[in-house]
This record gives sequence, structure tokens and C-alpha cells, in this order.
Amino acid sequence: MNVAAADFSQSEENGACHLRFTGRLTLARIGDLPERLEEVHAEKLVADVSQVERMDTVGAWLIHRLVRDQGAEVVGADEDQALLLQQVAQSDQLVKVRPDRTPPLYRVLGQVGESTSVALRSLLGLLAFFGALLIATWNIIKHPSRFRFNAVVQRFEVVGVHALGIIGLMSFLVGIVIAQQGAVQLRQFGAEVFTINLIGRSAVKELGVLMTAIMVAGRSGSAFAAQLGAMKLSEEVDAMRTIGVSPMEVLVFPRVLATVLMMPLLGFYAALCALVGGGLFTWISLDIPPITFVQRIREVVPMTDLWGALIKAPVFGLIIAMAGCFQGLQVEGDAEEVGLRTTTAVVQGIFLVIVLDAFFAVFFTEIGWI
Amino acid sequence: MDMNGRGETIVEVKGLRNSFGEQIVHENLDLEVRRGEILGVVGGSGTGKSVLMRSIIGLQTPDEGEITVFGEPMIGRGEEEGKDIRRRWGVLFQGGALFSTLTVAENVQVPIREYYPNIGETLLDEIASYKIVMSGLPADAGPKFPSELSGGMKKRAGIARALALDPQLLFLDEPTAGLDPIGAAGFDELISELRDALGLTVFLITHDLDTLYAICDRVAVLADRKVVAVGTIDELLALDHEWIQDYFRGPRGRAAERTAGAAARESAES
Repeated sequence: MNVAAADFSQSEENGACHLRFTGRLTLARIGDLPERLEEVHAEKLVADVSQVERMDTVGAWLIHRLVRDQGAEVVGADEDQALLLQQVAQSDQLVKVRPDRTPPLYRVLGQVGESTSVALRSLLGLLAFFGALLIATWNIIKHPSRFRFNAVVQRFEVVGVHALGIIGLMSFLVGIVIAQQGAVQLRQFGAEVFTINLIGRSAVKELGVLMTAIMVAGRSGSAFAAQLGAMKLSEEVDAMRTIGVSPMEVLVFPRVLATVLMMPLLGFYAALCALVGGGLFTWISLDIPPITFVQRIREVVPMTDLWGALIKAPVFGLIIAMAGCFQGLQVEGDAEEVGLRTTTAVVQGIFLVIVLDAFFAVFFTEIGWI
Repeated sequence: MDMNGRGETIVEVKGLRNSFGEQIVHENLDLEVRRGEILGVVGGSGTGKSVLMRSIIGLQTPDEGEITVFGEPMIGRGEEEGKDIRRRWGVLFQGGALFSTLTVAENVQVPIREYYPNIGETLLDEIASYKIVMSGLPADAGPKFPSELSGGMKKRAGIARALALDPQLLFLDEPTAGLDPIGAAGFDELISELRDALGLTVFLITHDLDTLYAICDRVAVLADRKVVAVGTIDELLALDHEWIQDYFRGPRGRAAERTAGAAARESAES
């Protein structure tokens, strides 16, 4: 097959500039023809396409440009080519390729404003969501038959039981790390034995619950957002509403309840795992036998540490589950938004957990739980 | 066979077998698409119309069978090897499958940038412009992102992108589904005009009986895991196959036939 590149020759006839096109006027064979054509300027132009082997819309567009800009006359077009030229001419409209760009300063200011308003609105939204959740809870208390026991138990399994492995391993390792790092520092003062105080108090008071909250936010908060987001996209949530089933009661309540109930259990379990890790390290590395370790832990860790942790845990669970469900139900538009909302759910959940943890720390100190 | 090679076989499927686990979708399926024709592919839900299309364009590797496109075998071809063939066809997926991070116009430019990086920016923008207008989108759709478009507009943008490289072969997966009747009729007209002007060959999966009557030269019927019949609608109607009779003789089939008949008479009178 002879595949000639698009080309044209220029000649003067009867005071008009004749452009004789040859070869294939197609996108694949167009080469530098567009640039060369731009340099052609004449009072009277005639475009002869009788020698053209094939023409596609790009070729037709180039011919059309000559007609439009320089009033060229097209000769030698067969039926198909004439149709093509006509098609292209009909489609000649200025279409913007990109949205207009705003100047950088305005853009930055705009973004700052927008993020601020988004942050405030999502905080308000979260508050409204909490209200809606309370109403749903009240409705379920009034009509206990609406309580979906199976759904809640299933969430227990997903949020709690399935997380045991990873949370246990993570806490165990964190316990070892704290013991090891603490021992190195305390050795300088000859106070290695206080490593046990360090492990016991930090694991029970803060780390157990905090690390668990972060893990649950990453595991379950994100899953809630993605699940509800996907359901929102496929209009399942709307379908529920039209049937008269409240998504708050069916979707959100079981998830929140399961997380609220699971968080203290997981947090306690995480603290124990960290103690085991730390105990193992002190046993192997500092030659403190486990029985002494346990005894020391009982002496140095006050019960208030555990009460504090167990009070914080359900609150953290509530926040994580609410952020996940709230963001999931905010999904609109396309699948990309599910990803964005999932990220937001995790970030929001962890952020609020840490902020609240700070408040709790101050509060517990104030009431004398030191 | 005329100068453009009209009538020559451009896609050939032989002995195709596709299965997902236990479920066999195609078995011993044969199909030919001829140059310059609009071939409608119909079949009940789950008969594997989309799977057939995905097999031909290489997104699904069949268990058995041969597929040739433009005379070249398609099976076992790598990403790079298939590039020359791939730029000669355009594909419109069911939901439009636009790239969500690019505007409509940029979407149209993607295939051109990929295959012809030397095309100047001005010309690129102009090409995107006329393709968008050709596909029946309003001019202000160009700088919009796919998430800002309605379902019908997404399909039109998808067509614009499928047409970006001026392909010889166009695969359309239910192009008129989700369009309003006026839009769908406009779409049919657009496809048939483009076929005439560009010598396009169109592989058209559809449920739209109006489309079948209005623009399809031949119709292939998928049932019982293979193509049970290929032919013009009149030829198909002469066959004694239960599904075909139900499909074309059902209330919707008859209504579409009446519309097509009326349109034919009108054009004959004028």
C-alpha cells in the first residue's frame, strides 16, 4: 500500500494562488502541513483536493481553516470529502479547553477561605449528625423492635474481633520499644527499675487507648466511610429513605454502637499487650522476673489510670465511627469522592481523638487523677 | 468490493469461548464485521454482548478462539504490539469512561497527544473543539470536568474522545442508553453521518430498537452462548427463532418498525 504523507504545492494561475494537495490528509500523515499552511497568505486562494488520497476530519479541518480565514475556494472534492468539509464547517465553534485560570494570589486566598468554610461546615455538620444520631437512638429506645441485633453483632466481629491480631501485635511491639528506649535513658541515672513505672503508666493511661483509636480509625472509620459512600453512590441510601427505612437507624447506629462498645475492650486489651511486651523485655534484658514486674505494676499504676482510659475509649469510638459514617453519607457525584471522603474521615477522626485526649488529660489532672 | 474496500471483512471472530469460573458466556461464537457497515449487536441481558466487545478490543483474554482485526490476529498481542491497531479504532464504553481529572476537551486530546505528540497546541485545541461540537455537545462543555456533566453528555464526550484519532472502526457499547429520545435520534444520525463521511465501520451494542431500524445495516443476535443469526432486520424476521421473534415482534419492536416505516415513506415523498 502506498502511504504518501500529506503535502501541497503552490502555483499562480489566473491571478489566484492554487494550493494542490496530495497524499493522505489524515492525522497520521499530516506531518508539518499545519505549520506550512499557516505561512500561506494570498488575496485569492484555491484549494485543489482532487489529488488527495484520503481525508479525515483533521485534513478537512485544515482545508476549512483556509476557507474560513482566507476565503479560499475548494475544488475537486468528491462527494464524501464535500460531506466531510461540510460536517467540519458546521462544527466550527470556539470551545474552551480548560477552565479560566484565576491569578495565584486570588487562588490561594480562595483556597484558604474555602478550606476554612469547609472545616467549619463539617464541624457543624458533625454536630448536626450527632443530633440526628441521638434522635435515632431515642427512636430505637422507644421502639426496641427496630433495634437490629444481628447487624450490631456483625459489626462487633468486624470492628472488634478482626482487629485483635493487628492491635495486639502493634501494642506488644510498642511496649517493647518503650521499655527498651526507657531503659536506655533511665540507666544513665541508675534508675533502670523505673522502666516498669514508665511502661505501666504510659501503656494503661495513654498509649493503649490512643494507639487503638488510631488503628480503629484506620481500619473501621475508613471502612465505614467507604461502605456508606459506595451505598450513597449506588443510591441504596436513597432507596432506603423512600421505603421509609431510616439510614441513621439501620446503617449508622449499629456501626456507632459497635465501635463505642468495642473501643474500651480493645483499648484494655492493647494496654495488656503492651504490658506483656514491656514485661518480656524487662525480663530478658533487665533480669526482672515476671512476678516482680506484675507486682511492681500493681503498686505503681493507680486504678484511676485504668478508669480514665476506660472513660476515654468509648468517646473516641463514638468520634471515629461518627466521622466515618458522616463522611460516607456526604459522598455525592463520583467514585473519586469516596476516596476523598474516606481520607477525610480518617484524618478527622484521628485529629478529633487527639484533641479530645488533650482535654481529657487536663481534666483528669484537675480532678486529681494524677 | 469498491475502491474503499467496502464489504471486506474487518473484524473476524472464530470459535470464541469465554467463561467466568463455571459460567460459560460464549462457546464456539463466530462473527464477521464488514468494512463500512453498522453492525448492531443485540441479545438479552447477560448474553455477553459487552464481553464480546471486550474480547475483540483485547480487554478480555478468551479461553479459546481466534480474533482478527484489520487482518491482524489480536490474541496474545502485548500492549506495545497492539498500539498500531489500537489507534485505528475508537471505543465508547457504557458510562463514557472519561478521565475524571481532565476536562472534556483535554479528554478528547489524550489519544492525539499519546499517538501524535508533534501536533501543535493550537491545532490540538481546534481539533478538540470541532470534535466536541460534532458530538453534539454545547460549546461550553469543553472546559467542564466529567463530574459536572449529565449521563447523556458524558456519552457524547465519550464519543468525541473515541473519534479523536479519526478511527476506521468504532466500538459503541449502548450509546443511546440513558439519552432522551431526541438526543438518541440525533446520536443515530451522527453515527450514520460519520460512517458516510469517514467510511467508518461501527460495532454497535444496543437495546434500542429505534437505533437498529434507523441505522444498522446488519444485526447480529447473541443467544445460547453464540451468534445465532446475522442479517438485515427483514432477514432476521423471516427466521423462526423464539427470542428474535419476541424481540422484534414485541410491542416495542412493532412500534419501532412503524416509526422506521413512516420515516422511510417521508423521505421517499420528499
